[in-house]
Amino acid sequence: MRFLRGALPFAVVGALWEALAHSGAFPARLFPSLEQVAATFARLTAEGILPHHAALTLYRLAAGFAIAALAGVLLGIVMGRSRRAEAFLLPLVSIGAPIPGLAYAPLFLLWFGLGDSGSIVLVAFVSAFPVALNTWTGVKAVKEIWLRAARTMGADERRLFRHVILPGAAPYILTGLRLALAQAWRILVAVEMLAAVPWGLGWLIFGAREFLNTDAMLAGIAMIALIGVALDKLAFEPIERYTVVRWGMMAA
Amino acid sequence: MKTFISLLAAALLYDAVARSGWFAPALVPSLPAVARTLWGMLGDGTMEGHALATLGRVFTGLALASLTGLVLGFLMARYVAVERFFSPLVSALMPIPSLAWAPVFILWFGLGNVATILIVFYASSFPMLINTWSGVRAVNPLWLRAARSMGASGPRLFWKVIVPGASPFIITGLRLAFQRAWIAVVGAEMLAASAYGLGWVIFDAKEFLNADVMLSSLAVIGAIGYLFERLVFGSLERVTILRWGMLRTAKA
Repeated sequence: MRFLRGALPFAVVGALWEALAHSGAFPARLFPSLEQVAATFARLTAEGILPHHAALTLYRLAAGFAIAALAGVLLGIVMGRSRRAEAFLLPLVSIGAPIPGLAYAPLFLLWFGLGDSGSIVLVAFVSAFPVALNTWTGVKAVKEIWLRAARTMGADERRLFRHVILPGAAPYILTGLRLALAQAWRILVAVEMLAAVPWGLGWLIFGAREFLNTDAMLAGIAMIALIGVALDKLAFEPIERYTVVRWGMMAA
Repeated sequence: MKTFISLLAAALLYDAVARSGWFAPALVPSLPAVARTLWGMLGDGTMEGHALATLGRVFTGLALASLTGLVLGFLMARYVAVERFFSPLVSALMPIPSLAWAPVFILWFGLGNVATILIVFYASSFPMLINTWSGVRAVNPLWLRAARSMGASGPRLFWKVIVPGASPFIITGLRLAFQRAWIAVVGAEMLAASAYGLGWVIFDAKEFLNADVMLSSLAVIGAIGYLFERLVFGSLERVTILRWGMLRTAKA
């Protein structure tokens, strides 16, 4: 019953789409019917074309995001722990963060070349901002009393960091990583359209335009939506369960 | 003051790298060169023209998105049937990056304003919708009952209780919507604009290796975004929520 209720809106919208597609008001090339889109999706998946595009996009995402996570967490911790670093870096980070990442895209492509390196560097650069800002907030939010308590119990700097500051800041860091991954995903899809890479989901939908393959575009968009949802559900919920929830930093 | 010093230091660092001769001056222009280009483009009015074109697209898209988001969000919060129908659709469409639609919109509506505005609309309607929806639901039921027992109904209940009560959420929604729109418009202009706009300038300058033009346009994009964030939304918050006493109430 609950499933039916959830499916109803999709059935209504799908029926509207079908009616429009079959009415002949628009050329079928530009406005394909849903069974055509589904067939293209199945065919491209079976031929391995869609998985290959997705795999390369995911590789760029993973590389860019890994760099962003590492650099962002380091930067955030340095800003949170050292007042001098904070005074110098925080204004730069807070001015850089709101600038739309795509505005840098052509510049980065010019500096780092078309293809993989340009898009990975851009994704890394853009998604490092939310990680750095959230890590900084998290380190700042660690209660002074925990630090003092740990020090009186004889914790040295390293153990203080490992056992107090890191778990204390973890919920914020995870939020930052989550935001960063969503942002990286958005930017990457767009950058693949600009960067003229030979493979990638963004390129798939942009390249399909040349041949009026609207069905391939919509199949690509469906794939992008599926991966976007999966990234959030599959990647972050388990990580949260294993770290912050287990450490008692956040309610499950 | 601290902000100024760290910006100055970063600028000097960049300038030193640019003048070191490690990179081609066409790719990494010195700051005076960028400033001269920016000044020149501001002087002959080209930069203002591009900025106006971009702002026009952003505000058309944002206005459409606000209207849709406000009406639909309000209906979803007040009527269960509307909520049941639209909320599965919203959660299915929201994870799709707005720029993934760019090729489809270009194919359907051609290069130019319609496609660009639709992308902005897609990007900014979700934050508006979600925030209105949760804002209206968050209005204290006690206030509604109190107002009703004092004889308020229909439009008066709406304007005097629901609107001020939901306003902190709605204004946050508008702010998020603007941020999203500002990011989307830059990407949309790179992909779909034909002659004008700050995003288009950056993309066009890549063809001629005009890194100074790209950096000037990037500075203008950053400055406009910053101005809106600080001045427009800051003062909007002051004249509405703060005056109505909503923020204090929300915190208390």
